[in-house]
Amino acid sequence: VSLSMESSFGSDFGSGGGGGGKLDPGLIMEQVKVQIAVANAQELLQRMTDKCFRKCIGKPGGALDNSEQVRTGGRSGHPGPSSSGRPLRLCVPQKCIAMCMDRYMDSWNTVSRAYNSRLQRERANM
Amino acid sequence: FQQLVHQMTELCWEKCMDKPGPKLDSRAETCFVNCVERFIDTSQFILNRLEQTQKSKSAFSESLSD
Repeated sequence: VSLSMESSFGSDFGSGGGGGGKLDPGLIMEQVKVQIAVANAQELLQRMTDKCFRKCIGKPGGALDNSEQVRTGGRSGHPGPSSSGRPLRLCVPQKCIAMCMDRYMDSWNTVSRAYNSRLQRERANM
Repeated sequence: FQQLVHQMTELCWEKCMDKPGPKLDSRAETCFVNCVERFIDTSQFILNRLEQTQKSKSAFSESLSD
């Protein structure tokens, strides 16, 4: 894991360890965990955006055709009040992307579980 | 661990997900599970074979033309 965000954390952290060198290893571990979690989230976001863009948006254009209308609120074709407070006025098929995001998360979890099981099986066989 | 999950999710998504629907149906779920297994099998096979072909360098060119 490349800790590319080291510098931003260093400025918060460095001042504490200036004098007697009393660096708490527990604190360092916490910082590392946070960094890894953030990097992980970024990775997920990037891939999810890529995939959902490909799935939901055909030929990117200025004018929206019928299949890519902006829809505020609701899914599965239920017209009604928007679930979030303020409808977003973006020129993207919101329903498609929302569903895509959920499905990507589901897939990620499924893959994670399957991989875990496989690893455990491999270890058991050793 | 995480990195591999990301990579596999991305690859398997291409193979298993046609149109994102309201729910992950069981067929897609099975597809993902199989996909993971096949991916790992593929990796192992490649590692194995590479190891073998490196051991017997003379057979290397033969295996290339397989």
